[in-house]
Amino acid sequence: MTTRVGLVLVSHSRRLAEGVAELAAQMAPDVVVVAAGGDGDGGLGTDYATVTGAVVEADAGAGVVVLYDLGSARMVADMAAEDAEDRQVVVVDAPIVEGAVAAAVSAQGGAGLAVVAQAAVGAAPGAPNPAVRPSLRLVTNASRLDVVLTNEVGLHARPSALLARTVAELDADVVVRFGGEEADAKSVLALMGLGAPEGARIEVVASGKDADEALRRVEELAERGFDE
Amino acid sequence: MRAASQVLEEHRVELSTLDREIGDGDHGENMNRGFGALVTALERDAPDSPGGVLKLAATTLISKVGGAAGPLYGTAFLRAATAVKDAAELDADLVAKALRAALDGVVARGKAELGDKTMVDALLPAVRAAEEAAGRGEDVPTLLKAAAEAAAEGADSTVLLVARKGRASYLGERSVGHLDPGARSTSLLLRTFADVASGVR
Ligand SMILES: Nc1ncnc2c1ncn2[C@@H]1O[C@H](COP(=O)(O)OP(=O)(O)OP(=O)(O)O)[C@@H](O)[C@H]1O
Ligand SMILES: [Mg+2]
Repeated sequence: MTTRVGLVLVSHSRRLAEGVAELAAQMAPDVVVVAAGGDGDGGLGTDYATVTGAVVEADAGAGVVVLYDLGSARMVADMAAEDAEDRQVVVVDAPIVEGAVAAAVSAQGGAGLAVVAQAAVGAAPGAPNPAVRPSLRLVTNASRLDVVLTNEVGLHARPSALLARTVAELDADVVVRFGGEEADAKSVLALMGLGAPEGARIEVVASGKDADEALRRVEELAERGFDE
Repeated sequence: MRAASQVLEEHRVELSTLDREIGDGDHGENMNRGFGALVTALERDAPDSPGGVLKLAATTLISKVGGAAGPLYGTAFLRAATAVKDAAELDADLVAKALRAALDGVVARGKAELGDKTMVDALLPAVRAAEEAAGRGEDVPTLLKAAAEAAAEGADSTVLLVARKGRASYLGERSVGHLDPGARSTSLLLRTFADVASGVR
């Protein structure tokens, strides 16, 4: 089994941290997402011991990405990272909800610490989305497939996450093309960035050892209407 | 430290009231809890060097104060402890160095600048006054008195400022007209250290 990057969510509110953890974990069943909210005493606030404990709990050996909400949450997160000694801990400046979801999905796909941290940062509204690019390349030796999106929301957050997860572990380069652009199919944000709505016809192009398996899985997922 | 804890206890309500006006109203409780725990820790096992006491203050405040003040004062005391190393007694130069290190710690942790309406507005003038006093060859009580006066003036100056860091920054212009609670607690701490050094307390 792969060791995955873990996540810690530092918030002034225990319930807020738990809610975000719940949301992030839904898209990333094998990622350890630990809520570190509240003052450690049932009230609002931040607590150093809660955060350091959460870092230990979240670290399976591949490192931990820490997200925070306001003010002292950042300071406590920084201190916990500085004091983590032999663990790898990265504190990221990202919107806690979008960042946690993007990071969780990235970690689920087996990405390393830097990539997971980058996924969180890239989730900021308005941040450039480097994974979406104009689709110009003619890929040779690639298999391709057209898929019509029958589900209601098109390639929105959840379907994108499912698609990315479906191909994440495969040894294949997979891109999805739509509207003259293409996106790396292993990047949730890139897929969402395409903005493909219900009824859209997307093109899936795969190359590499598992290319055919990738297409088969995407086709199956689309036929199930992305489990909606 | 015991005197500091007492002063913070006396001013607990005042600090929380200030914090209620432009923050979440917990600064007095936070500081009182932290310094109370510090006194308990000192009673249990008092380190025999000033550096040891500062270090114990740092770890206790980090875990007990909560809020922004915990990491900020914790980092300040930790840096001060590093600055005085294992000196058996603190002369004026070392006190000035410790205060400078504390300020650097607060700035590193909170990224606030002068004029952001935070404890930095009290601590930075205090450090300058302390360094000038040390340069003039003053003794520790005189140095701390100068630092405390500069801190009080600096704290008062926060009334007219717009908050740019911490919770109060969400209020923007509405933070004007209120004294910053963290600047006030810094000024109270320095006043107390000065009083203790000169035997007033
Ligand atoms: N980034 C910062 N840099 C320097 N001082 C700061 C900063 N943020 C807050 N402060 C200081 O901390 C004081 C508030 O401390 P308090 O213990 O009430 O924390 P808080 O604002 O309630 O914390 P939290 O961020 O958890 O809401 C402010 O009055 C200000 O002087
Ligand atoms: Mg407060």
